[in-house]
Amino acid sequence: MHRNQLRDRWQSYLDHHRFSARDSLKRLLSTPLQSLMTWLVIAVALALPATLFTSLDNLKVIGQRWDGAPQITLFLNQRARPQAVEALQQKLRLRQDVAALEYVSPEQALRQFEMESGMGSALSGLDNNPLPPTLLLTPAAGISAADLGLLGEQLAQLKIVDEVLFDRAWIERLQGILTLGERIALVVGALLALGVVLVIGNTIRLAIENRRDEITIIKLVGGSDAFVRRPFLYTGLWYGLGGGLLALVMVLVLLFSLSGAVASLASSYQSDYSLQGLGFSGSLLLVLTGTLVGWLGAWLAVGRHLGAIEP
Amino acid sequence: MRYAGGYEALSRVSFEVGAGEMVFLTGHSGAGKSTLLKLIMLMERATQGQVLVNGQNLNRLPASQIPLLRRRIGVVFQNHQLLFDRSVYDNVALPLVIEGYHPREAARRVRAALDKVGLLTKEKQNPIVLSGGEQQRVGIARAVVNKPRLLLADEPTGNLDPALSSEIMTLFRQFNDVGVSVMIASHDIDLIRRLKRRVLGLSKGELVHDGELQGAANTENA
Repeated sequence: MHRNQLRDRWQSYLDHHRFSARDSLKRLLSTPLQSLMTWLVIAVALALPATLFTSLDNLKVIGQRWDGAPQITLFLNQRARPQAVEALQQKLRLRQDVAALEYVSPEQALRQFEMESGMGSALSGLDNNPLPPTLLLTPAAGISAADLGLLGEQLAQLKIVDEVLFDRAWIERLQGILTLGERIALVVGALLALGVVLVIGNTIRLAIENRRDEITIIKLVGGSDAFVRRPFLYTGLWYGLGGGLLALVMVLVLLFSLSGAVASLASSYQSDYSLQGLGFSGSLLLVLTGTLVGWLGAWLAVGRHLGAIEP
Repeated sequence: MRYAGGYEALSRVSFEVGAGEMVFLTGHSGAGKSTLLKLIMLMERATQGQVLVNGQNLNRLPASQIPLLRRRIGVVFQNHQLLFDRSVYDNVALPLVIEGYHPREAARRVRAALDKVGLLTKEKQNPIVLSGGEQQRVGIARAVVNKPRLLLADEPTGNLDPALSSEIMTLFRQFNDVGVSVMIASHDIDLIRRLKRRVLGLSKGELVHDGELQGAANTENA
């Protein structure tokens, strides 16, 4: 008997959740235009940071796919014997983190310099060639920044190597820009999330005001705070969920409308690059964030305004 | 129940109502009748003195326990306090939904309560289409649906004609007959006289009378 009663209570607790969820959704749908406005406001506020993050993701992909992976230039000792240079080349070719290696002899370098600098005659007047033998090293694709640094250090320690030059400033710059972009997106996202919380909070406040009598009566006949709160929390949840879904649609439409232009731009660079979407986890995250923020807004409004209604 | 000392609206009010007793609370408006009922419901807290319900000191009752207290007390309001966005049935079922009754058990109790007040045929209607007397009876059904041992009523016959008032009082007497303690705030002296029950008279926040009213009319038809 006691166990049955307990089960009944649990069942009816679930029933009230179901009822609150359904009833609050029905109430939202009974004023479609008003609800749609709220949903749109939330959707725009969520779609903006989502678009920012998606753009950043795309930039990251572009950075990763860059064909000219950072090249390392090794200036060798001018007095290095050809055999030693040959041995170094063989050793380096065996390394897994080295994709390609090109040897530029001092003579080749001088010829190239003469041609490109236009100082041919001036240079030919030199007694001896001031240019060192050079190795142009391309690291393996997808090498991490840390591994790249390590490779550079190891190379610099070789006696035969005078100087190691990294051609990766642009990568660092890109990464710096991306990090900055992510920070900005986070701040914008946080501000807009706060905006959503306030919008939903205000909407819930009005809903509470509209149902003041009902709240009073429920409290009079012994309704607990949780019981009174429940329908409003569900209202916030529905606002957030609807806003999140609408935001997802907005981002997808935006990406779709851009994808053609991006593809033709990429093909002009002989790239098969195409715009990356939100993906499943990104979409889920967007909708969940909306739902959570909606619920939070409702929670804050309920906490602030429900306590003020006492019979 | 005992009251001692009181709220600014009530002072030096001290009395006790035994289990199964039926008492009336009289006095002019502003005498403190409603305040007294509110103290029992914890709609107000006593600033001085104590209120005990079923041996429990309400002064020490934490806010989280207030809903549980109210579930054990049935209350009938002068202005009915019904919800017009739902049916008579749903209005009466509200305390049971709050307490978490199984729908089947709740349905049984709601129908029993509605039957008791003679509104079984109107369960699907919206209370807004009912007459004042019928609305009051819906309120009474809601107050008794979870079988409270204490029933409070604040001017339950305030807006009703004498015949309807008398009907409502008969209902309260019937609940009292089955052991429910009943406390009714009313200024309908004629009706109270006829019922010959203990009367607590309040005036300007003080208890000025405790006992049956003298010179009662000896008819108790209802």
